[in-house]
Amino acid sequence: MKPLLELAGVSAAYLGAKILFDLDLSLADGEVVALVGRNGAGKSTLIKTVMGIQVRRSGSIRYDGQDIVRLPAHAIARLGVGYVPEERRVFGDLTILENLEVGRQPPRQGAPVWTTEALFEIFPNLEELRHRPAGQTSGGEQQMLAIARTLMGNPRLVLLDEPSEGLAPVIVEQMAAAVGKLKSQGLSVLLSEQNLRFAGVVADRAYVIESGHIRFSGSMQGLIENADVRRAHLSV
Amino acid sequence: MGPHSSPRHLDKTTLGFFLVQVLTGLSSAASLFLVAAGLSLIFGVTRVVNFAHGSFYMLGAYFGLTLVALFGDWFGRGHLSFWSAILCAALVVGAIGALVEMTILRRIYRSPELFQLVATFGVILVIQDLALWGWGPEDKLGPRAPDLRGAVFILGQPLPRYDLVLIAAGPVVLGLLWLLLNRTRFGILVRAATIDREMVGALGVNQAWLFTGVFFLGSFLAGLGGALQLPKGGADLLMDFTVLAGAFVVVVVGGMGSITGAFLAAVLIGQLQAWGVLLLPQSTLVMMFLVMAVVLVVRPFGLLGRPELVGHGRQMLDDPLRPTSWRFKGLVLLLVLGLAAAPLYLGTYGLVLLIDILILALFATALHAIIGPGGLVSFGHAAFFGGGAYAAALLVKYAGTPMALNLVLAPPAAALLAIVIGWFCVRLSGVYFAMLTLAFAQIVWSVVFQWGEVTGGDDGILGLWRAPWVRGRIAYYYLVLGCCVAGILALRHGLSSPFGYALRAGRDSPLRAEAIGIDVRRQQWAAFTLSGAFAGLAGGLYAYSKGSVFPNEMAIVRSFDGIIMVFFGGVQHLSGPLAGAAALTWLKDSLLRLEMWRLLLGLAVIAIVILFPQGIAGFLKQRFGRFVGIRSELSS
Ligand SMILES: Nc1ncnc2c1ncn2[C@@H]1O[C@H](COP(=O)(O)OP(=O)(O)OP(=O)(O)O)[C@@H](O)[C@H]1O
Ligand SMILES: [Mg+2]
Repeated sequence: MKPLLELAGVSAAYLGAKILFDLDLSLADGEVVALVGRNGAGKSTLIKTVMGIQVRRSGSIRYDGQDIVRLPAHAIARLGVGYVPEERRVFGDLTILENLEVGRQPPRQGAPVWTTEALFEIFPNLEELRHRPAGQTSGGEQQMLAIARTLMGNPRLVLLDEPSEGLAPVIVEQMAAAVGKLKSQGLSVLLSEQNLRFAGVVADRAYVIESGHIRFSGSMQGLIENADVRRAHLSV
Repeated sequence: MGPHSSPRHLDKTTLGFFLVQVLTGLSSAASLFLVAAGLSLIFGVTRVVNFAHGSFYMLGAYFGLTLVALFGDWFGRGHLSFWSAILCAALVVGAIGALVEMTILRRIYRSPELFQLVATFGVILVIQDLALWGWGPEDKLGPRAPDLRGAVFILGQPLPRYDLVLIAAGPVVLGLLWLLLNRTRFGILVRAATIDREMVGALGVNQAWLFTGVFFLGSFLAGLGGALQLPKGGADLLMDFTVLAGAFVVVVVGGMGSITGAFLAAVLIGQLQAWGVLLLPQSTLVMMFLVMAVVLVVRPFGLLGRPELVGHGRQMLDDPLRPTSWRFKGLVLLLVLGLAAAPLYLGTYGLVLLIDILILALFATALHAIIGPGGLVSFGHAAFFGGGAYAAALLVKYAGTPMALNLVLAPPAAALLAIVIGWFCVRLSGVYFAMLTLAFAQIVWSVVFQWGEVTGGDDGILGLWRAPWVRGRIAYYYLVLGCCVAGILALRHGLSSPFGYALRAGRDSPLRAEAIGIDVRRQQWAAFTLSGAFAGLAGGLYAYSKGSVFPNEMAIVRSFDGIIMVFFGGVQHLSGPLAGAAALTWLKDSLLRLEMWRLLLGLAVIAIVILFPQGIAGFLKQRFGRFVGIRSELSS
């Protein structure tokens, strides 16, 4: 089967500092793939590299058969790649509904179509807050909003950077359920995680990344069972 | 009040008088608000302060003039014809703004702040010449709006009928803008982009079109402001700078990026103008100072502004200081010797040019001190150049003091001015600083221009005779050479002393500098003052070189000369300002013979900014960097 996203020999650098080295990665349609690694390993950088923001990148990044390495971020988003940043970056002054409006894009072939109502079903907390400025909501609510805002673009692939970071256990579970729902809708997800438990619940496959290199790739189950890799490249 | 007025009548007239005064203030706030709101919107999304915004306002007035006449011929002189002409004028200006964005600004969003300011300034020059060419040099009277001639009487006091339109225009536009920003997708995107434009892009919005749209809207508002005030103020070629300074004050007081803040501030300034003119004509400007002082002390980011919008701009490339090598010192010596020998090989005309170049080089070096190591782009240094020149001239005129003393006193006089202006300005950084310095310089210029009894106004001050020992051109040349070389070396020395290091530290990381005990603001204030003093010396020398002083020495264009010289020469090097001064003098000298030299200079400047978006120095580095060991990180 042809992969939806395929990276080959990808390197990336911020102004002055090279962070990723010659990475290969692929993700099939409908798959949930986790990127795991310690702090500073390069997970977020890899996600930004796919999205084409902040980094200078080289190598080949193919999405749905098309090389996107020279495209600007907005064009990549227009192809159906959704990005949920680690820092969430909700628009603090805008209400929840307005935040969702910013993310809205026309329906796209081969991707589920989202409406605010459908999103409020997945994230019920947002519904009652819909007229509140996003800056005045909790961290968990902002995380939900960040995901919902991206879904408004009807993506086929969602890049989800550390969705569980800094959240209470209850919310983390809610997040896991939400990712499960996206998968059941046929969406593909590339998510970065430090929380192996979370990744274990939602992901099919995993890549372990350290110092900008891929150190392991295989099924999620395989990673959880491989104590050597976990000890060598992951914190716990 | 007539002799018959009873106490009750008197109350009524007093009340009416107050009301009319307030209303006059409100009506004069309208244009200011429109221009400031456009400026604020554009800045919020693109992070570019469009210095050409005043020019769009001026174009609005001129196009309004033409279109009102044209529509009048075509459709008669009714309401519909008049108001659609005003609206169309604003639309035309909006389209021009969008065009400027697409052709020029779009290419330089990632360039350092100084470059963006220079580019928009280039646009100002181009528009000035085009307006002169299109509508001629005379001031134009505005057309009257149909059925809005004459006055209405409010409690017996007359108020021009058209003022009612202007009074309504402010709140109406504010309301419409609110609807646009809160109730339309475009508006929501604009607000989102003001907060985090990269994220807006990552959500699939093509920023290029958003930016163009915002530029259209902002320019439309400026054009509308210009066209709307036609029946009251007409159109002239000075209105671009006049309104620009006012709009900057409004934006600074109201808070960058806040439309409501702009409205409040415009109303405030409008009231000040209305009452100031009445109480004491010369006090308007002083009161403007005071209001700004109070607001900036209480709320440094304006009434409704927020600090995060003001961040430091992309800084200029500035190489770390290296101890000067012997080879370099040798070159400098050679240069000075060559200059000292100039009277041997240059004719009179060449010597005159060289005097200009030296004086301008000193001016540019002074400005460079605050732009380069200080990291603050001052767009108002003409105030100090002209301040020094006027200090010398006023001393001659009123005290009859000798030249030597006047030249000695010019720097401290300019420094005094810099102390006052700097006190306000160093509270801000980035584009705010640039705007505020420009506004202050424009205020100083208008004081000089308007206060004819003391300064001679437009006629300037003549009769600055040089002392007998430098009456000859060659002798004066040596005086200038001595002063300029000494001044440049002194500045250079000051900037490579601990003072200079502290200044750079404050520029590069203000928080860390504060943490190790550097009072960044005080440091910048001192540097600003020092820079003002040397600019004042240059001004004094200039005055004696010409034998006269005119308000032009203080005009925004003179500030721009300084910026351009620093820009041409790069900010790295001692030799930069000198090369910049030579380049500018040469360029002006060759262009001035031509009809539309401003247009050509503007286009040249824009072309340079676009061709070398990282600056000429940055370009050379990029191009030839590999020879000095800089490689792109990815190619390794
Ligand atoms: N904007 C930036 N400019 C320069 N270097 C950066 C930037 N962002 C991150 N880095 C560096 O890149 C490396 C990888 O960072 P990255 O954010 O990708 O790590 P991460 O795996 O996402 O870590 P975390 O789990 O803490 O989020 C780190 O060394 C970091 O310091
Ligand atoms: Mg990260």
